[in-house]
Amino acid sequence: MGLFKNIKAMFNKNEKDIDNNINNNEDSLKDNDNNSEEIELLDDVSVYEKGLSKSRDGFVSRLLQLTNRYNKINDDYFDELEEILIMADIGVSTVCDFIDRLKKRVKHENIENPEVLKEIIVDELFIIYVNCDVLVNKINYSDNGPTVILFVGVNGVGKTTTIGKLAKKMKSEGKNVLLVGADTFRAGAVEQLKEWAEKDGVAFFGKENSDPASVVYDGVKKALDEEYDVVLIDTAGRLQNKVNLMRELEKINKVITNLIEEAPHEVLLVIDATTGQNGISQAQSFKEITNISGIVLTKLDGTAKGGIVLAIKEKVDIPVKFIGLGEKANDLQVFDIEKYIYGLFKDF
Amino acid sequence: MFEGLSDRLQNAIHKIKGYGKITEDNINEVMKEIRLSLLEADVNYKVVKEFTNNVKEKALGKEVQTSINPGDLFVKIVNDELIELLGKENAPLNLNGNPATLMLVGLQGSGKTTTIGKLANFLRKKHSKKPLLVACDIYRPAAIDQLKQIGKELNIEVYEEGKKNPVEICNNAIKYAKENKFDYVLIDTAGRLHIDDDLMKEVSNINNEIKPNEVLLVIDSMMGQDAINVIDGFNQRLPLTGVILTKLDGDTRGGVALSVRHLTNVAIKFIGISEKLDGITSFDPERMAGRILGMGDVVSLVEKAQDAIDEKEAMKTAKRMQTGKFDLEDFLRTLKQIRKMGPLESLIKLIPGASKMGLNNVKIDPKQMDHIEAIVLSMTQQERRHPDIIKASRKTRIAKGSGTSVQEVNKLLSQFEQMKKMMKGFTTGKFKMPF
Repeated sequence: MGLFKNIKAMFNKNEKDIDNNINNNEDSLKDNDNNSEEIELLDDVSVYEKGLSKSRDGFVSRLLQLTNRYNKINDDYFDELEEILIMADIGVSTVCDFIDRLKKRVKHENIENPEVLKEIIVDELFIIYVNCDVLVNKINYSDNGPTVILFVGVNGVGKTTTIGKLAKKMKSEGKNVLLVGADTFRAGAVEQLKEWAEKDGVAFFGKENSDPASVVYDGVKKALDEEYDVVLIDTAGRLQNKVNLMRELEKINKVITNLIEEAPHEVLLVIDATTGQNGISQAQSFKEITNISGIVLTKLDGTAKGGIVLAIKEKVDIPVKFIGLGEKANDLQVFDIEKYIYGLFKDF
Repeated sequence: MFEGLSDRLQNAIHKIKGYGKITEDNINEVMKEIRLSLLEADVNYKVVKEFTNNVKEKALGKEVQTSINPGDLFVKIVNDELIELLGKENAPLNLNGNPATLMLVGLQGSGKTTTIGKLANFLRKKHSKKPLLVACDIYRPAAIDQLKQIGKELNIEVYEEGKKNPVEICNNAIKYAKENKFDYVLIDTAGRLHIDDDLMKEVSNINNEIKPNEVLLVIDSMMGQDAINVIDGFNQRLPLTGVILTKLDGDTRGGVALSVRHLTNVAIKFIGISEKLDGITSFDPERMAGRILGMGDVVSLVEKAQDAIDEKEAMKTAKRMQTGKFDLEDFLRTLKQIRKMGPLESLIKLIPGASKMGLNNVKIDPKQMDHIEAIVLSMTQQERRHPDIIKASRKTRIAKGSGTSVQEVNKLLSQFEQMKKMMKGFTTGKFKMPF
């Protein structure tokens, strides 16, 4: 009960901690290590906070208005709540179920005051996403040999940019990274990844105008021979209803598995936060072809709320692993539902 | 593209048609269905509300109540309201000026660079004029390279100055276009968030400096409810003259098409319908409404056919169809022409009543078309003219020659027979065209 309250308390407390941590109180219950970890945590929280500020505007303010305008919960209140949630792209059936659950709870617990319901709303949204799962947002690194991560998605969602940012992050963690440009379809795509590789100072492999599966084969082979730690593979954007393009992806996947049995270790589906209901279809179709292990939700620094990931988690059960909160490399963050909820509902 | 939405709408409409009379009760149920289907199609919440209210009000109006066939009238109401939402008529480009300048703007990844190539190609073909592409995306790695590759593929010149100031680039490009007698200048800009103040200033500077004839916002048709914020954001900073919806060849329901015009008063001018560089077409509200309602889009079909099919050939084929003389030779020729028209799935969707016939979700693998072509090509001319002579040993030979199996050859032959029967049926009036 009161999950959101806990999350809020946790981050608020940290904020205060950091404020007076300059003198590093020795009577603090935590040791130094823990403290620096917290500073890092707070750093991440502020990236979330900042990145989600535009998404928060207009979402939380509308929820707040709703709470203020009604002093009693009634059908109109629920209609408006439904509207706000649908406007956040959470997904129509997910929202309808959610409202039904909420109505039951209100009736059951005799809740009349919208102020009380506020917290329940956030908690319930949290529950849709978590749904008793143990959430894994860590990359599944291989114990021996290179870790292969395949990036897939429809056109224009930000696959190449995500790889560029992630490579920088991984390099700073001391990993030996190879980027493989297998988007041989879109004009300039291989060149784009190559520029990222140069900027990040990581290795690159790619060939234009050749079969993508063969590029992937050569790339993974190179990673094996030259003992890279991580291989990030960029693929062409493909709309999920194009049979031949999805087949091509199947083939790419197979080529990787033939070289390294347990690879790809991760297949990340990149989704644009502005995506509407089509996101569900994207997740379903790509999951049929490859073993999607997580979602990268990009472009959250706009006004979009990316609510579709809630519906995707509920319907297709794919968790979000990374989110893109801005243009800078550090704006790509490991997804943390608690920080996300905090960032989105901070002022609520 | 819209089949998901049209299916649900058709179901709802079908229900209404079943009722002899439209009452407050039975219409509420149907309106709920319509509301959900529109919301699931990412139509803006406010638009949905207004739309359902309007339809309901009109459906309960006197005209419908006194009509003999309320169902049909209901369809008409929905259709009219849809057209109203989509904008009443097709809005053409303003191409006056020497050269005429067009600037494409939009979020990252909406498809500006690809679209600009398609648009230049479209305009060149349609007006036989000379376009110039201008590379102004100085931020995204390799964006200039991408445009240059597209230009090369289309044989259209690309003007670029590397990563210089975009305003300067545009000015120089226009000068260059005048000197070299280009008719159209199409400017590709960097993707930007509508709330990114610096970048919005930059694009508004370009606009103030060169005053383009058209400022077109490129929008991904898979966008959800946020689309409206994006359009508003751009519209406030720039005098948008139109919208281009991209990626409509996906399975998105593209509800954004219904929201754009109504909420912002900016017209949709073009839609992107395939990855190929000829995959763009002008937007027609009436046709689109028909498509959403599952009434098919014969006009587009005919237009596509006109582009790809030799008229004399087509007349000949049609005659042979009518007289039942259609053989595999004709089939092969038709097949080749159809393939020129683009992916078959998108053609099928244009057929009236396609979704009713269960054709809306047909997935056609281009490989399969290759197989069919290979089979027919492995036949002798005599076999193509008289398929009945193809017996077991011929079948084995054909299968071997085309690298397929006897089963596949059999399948093709029986399908061909069926097709022939159907054609006869259509021409003798046994089957009525749906709708």
